[in-house]
Amino acid sequence: MSVNLSKGQAISLEKNDGGTLTAVRMGLGWQAAKRRGLFGSRTKEIDLDASAVLFAEKQPVDVVFFRHLVSDDGSVRHTGDNLVGGVGQGGDDEAILVDLQRVPVHIDQIVFTVNSFTGQTFQEVENAFCRLVDESNGQELARYTLAGGGEYTAQIMAKVHRAGSGWTMTALGTAANGRTFQDLMPAILPHL
Amino acid sequence: MTAELVRGQNHPLPQVRLEIRISVGVPVLAGATLGDENGTVRGPQLIAHPGAPTLPGVEVSGQAAAEHRLAVDLSAVPEAVHRVGVFLALPIGTTGPLRFGAVPAPRTAVHGPDGTEIARYTVSGLDTEAALIALELYRRQGAWKIRAMGQGYAGGLPALFADQGLPEAGMLAAAIHGTTNPGPTAAYDHGTHRANDAARNPYDTPAPEGAPALDTPAPAGAPTLGGPIDYSHPRRPRHTAPPSPTPAACPAADGQPAPPVAGDAVGWSMEERLYNQVWGMFEDLARAMAAYRGAVDFADTRLERELDQALADPRARLGDGNAAAREAAQTRRDQLVDQARAVLDRDLAQLTAESEVVEPALPPAYARWDSPAWHGYRVPAEPPMALRLGDLHLPESLPLRIPLLVRLPLEHGLWIDSGATAMPEGSFADSTALRQAAMETAVALAARLLAVHPAGEFAVRVIDPAGAGTRALWPLTGAGVLAAPPATGAAGVMDVLERLTRRVDLVQMAVRGGAAGSLPDDVDTARQLLIVNDFPHGFDDRAITRLRYLADEGPAVGVHLVLVADRADAAAYGPLLDPLWRSLMRLTPAPDEHFADPWVGHAWTYEPALVPVGSRIVEQVLAEVAAALIKHK
Repeated sequence: MSVNLSKGQAISLEKNDGGTLTAVRMGLGWQAAKRRGLFGSRTKEIDLDASAVLFAEKQPVDVVFFRHLVSDDGSVRHTGDNLVGGVGQGGDDEAILVDLQRVPVHIDQIVFTVNSFTGQTFQEVENAFCRLVDESNGQELARYTLAGGGEYTAQIMAKVHRAGSGWTMTALGTAANGRTFQDLMPAILPHL
Repeated sequence: MTAELVRGQNHPLPQVRLEIRISVGVPVLAGATLGDENGTVRGPQLIAHPGAPTLPGVEVSGQAAAEHRLAVDLSAVPEAVHRVGVFLALPIGTTGPLRFGAVPAPRTAVHGPDGTEIARYTVSGLDTEAALIALELYRRQGAWKIRAMGQGYAGGLPALFADQGLPEAGMLAAAIHGTTNPGPTAAYDHGTHRANDAARNPYDTPAPEGAPALDTPAPAGAPTLGGPIDYSHPRRPRHTAPPSPTPAACPAADGQPAPPVAGDAVGWSMEERLYNQVWGMFEDLARAMAAYRGAVDFADTRLERELDQALADPRARLGDGNAAAREAAQTRRDQLVDQARAVLDRDLAQLTAESEVVEPALPPAYARWDSPAWHGYRVPAEPPMALRLGDLHLPESLPLRIPLLVRLPLEHGLWIDSGATAMPEGSFADSTALRQAAMETAVALAARLLAVHPAGEFAVRVIDPAGAGTRALWPLTGAGVLAAPPATGAAGVMDVLERLTRRVDLVQMAVRGGAAGSLPDDVDTARQLLIVNDFPHGFDDRAITRLRYLADEGPAVGVHLVLVADRADAAAYGPLLDPLWRSLMRLTPAPDEHFADPWVGHAWTYEPALVPVGSRIVEQVLAEVAAALIKHK
């Protein structure tokens, strides 16, 4: 089951077999800006960044982004900053992996965000998408198309939160503006 | 100029009178649907097909053919029509192919009235489709454009019509198929249009003959699923068909983790794999502890906040509510801490099990002195990759200890702190014993370094200005493995430093000049370890300058430093020696909490790798080393 989400649509997801998620990945992919003309290298590259913020009862506890690639507890890992996007389609250029079994017991929510570090709005980005994948079986849980999205530079993608003994993911897809996750904190808090 | 379109691409139409040429290679039905702005076709009368080939502005051929020419006059199309879809369908009930994947890719071309080609589109990538919309002409801000659609339907015409919002799409499709003469291998017969075919329009009759029987016209054997074909990449994971879950894929899920295996890490050799595994265990322990401590901190902070709230509430302050609130807060705190502890215990159990298989597998350079690896000691032929400097642990992790492995050659000098800082109470009666212990730590380290290098590749020199370390040095001096007797007195200090300075200088020059072979014969090419006891005793300013030179420049050219010193002794130098202390890695002769890990920054307790009391293992090992040295010479 994959959900193609438009802005603002929210949906709760649990694994079809009744089990809970054990590992999820947020993948972000986009295409490099088209090179133009003789001095093509002057064309501004597009740098999108994926981040994950860990909350304990609405208090931000830790954050995983391009300057802090692994949460202190090791449960959330960023695969590394990609400054220019991919040349092909379909692959994740940046990914954040969450090992839900290792998330500390006091962390009850993890919020995923995407920012345009170089400031281009999602209208200018080509073939940008963001998806959430159940890492244990590669199944895509949700996918957003960012390209042509609108006059904003960030999106609060989704959150995974504790539900009972397991985890549930809720897609948020809220548009926002900001350069890094710090700018998004006011926009994130209403979703907790 | 002809535009070559790809699926989804659109192109402006400069003219309203067009001829659309279609070539498939096998006989197919061709037709057109006239839809409103939403793409909905408002009824069967808005479909041009072989049974009703002429509609206002659109004319199609009256039978199945391998080539078609559709005449379109967009100026004659009704105002309400916004989209004209050009569809193709394989005839059913014939012996012909049932899917477009089995026929040549349909080629379409849009020509102007004068015959000039405007756009061209080849519908590629088809598979099980029995019908498809090849092209769409649509109004956009008063002008007409064309879009390459290539939207296929495995369910054939019924699915295609259903997608366009037509009720009773199945009957309609059956009727259209029924109007054509199945099976003619007619070539292009543009000239045989029969305008009077309108009289045979089946919709003029109340019910098409035989329609109920043809309600499901999709041929048996062909996939009967309706709806658009999924054009997603075949090799990418399909959301609709997740791979069947493998029960063994998640061993940790049922509380039965796979048993740990030594060398279960990446690397080119067992040595490297073990090194990486030990560092992996170090990182895992650091992070597991970060999770635990984070949770406990959070629980304590929350408890404090909730207690404050309980106290701030005047109603609760008076009655029993206060006590109840405090108790509830305390319970919440304890529950969270218990959960965190359970998770930590699970992780510690896993790491302990791993440590139990890894420790016995470690080679001598990585092993504790009481490891069996040392009993079967042989002088190695290759220097090791790394060296165990001691053990690390955190208070919560005991009795689990992680080996502290550092890469060789050492990048920094070592400082074994003989000062009485942060010592456990009563562990050392006086500073003399402490200095003795520090020197023993240095000697154990030197013995280990000598033993894990091939004979003649590692030399140890000692500066012991006052002779205070004579007893501690006995294992080295007694075995005769030192390059020279320990240097004493100011002259001895200066002599050793001069030699090593000259060696660093010459080797640097040789390396820079690319002439490593042209060193003078009296320069020892073995790696050098200099142990300095009681620094800065016996050192004058010149000697200290030379020592700092060795500490800075030495490691790159194979001269390493172990300083046994109490920093308080050098207090007279003020801050001048601070850079030297900072450049050295501090080790302690007794357990001391001063090591920070690179991931989280916990304060780890370091314990040196010492020889167990009463063990003669170092003597045995150094005897082997000495014998190998004699052979080497």
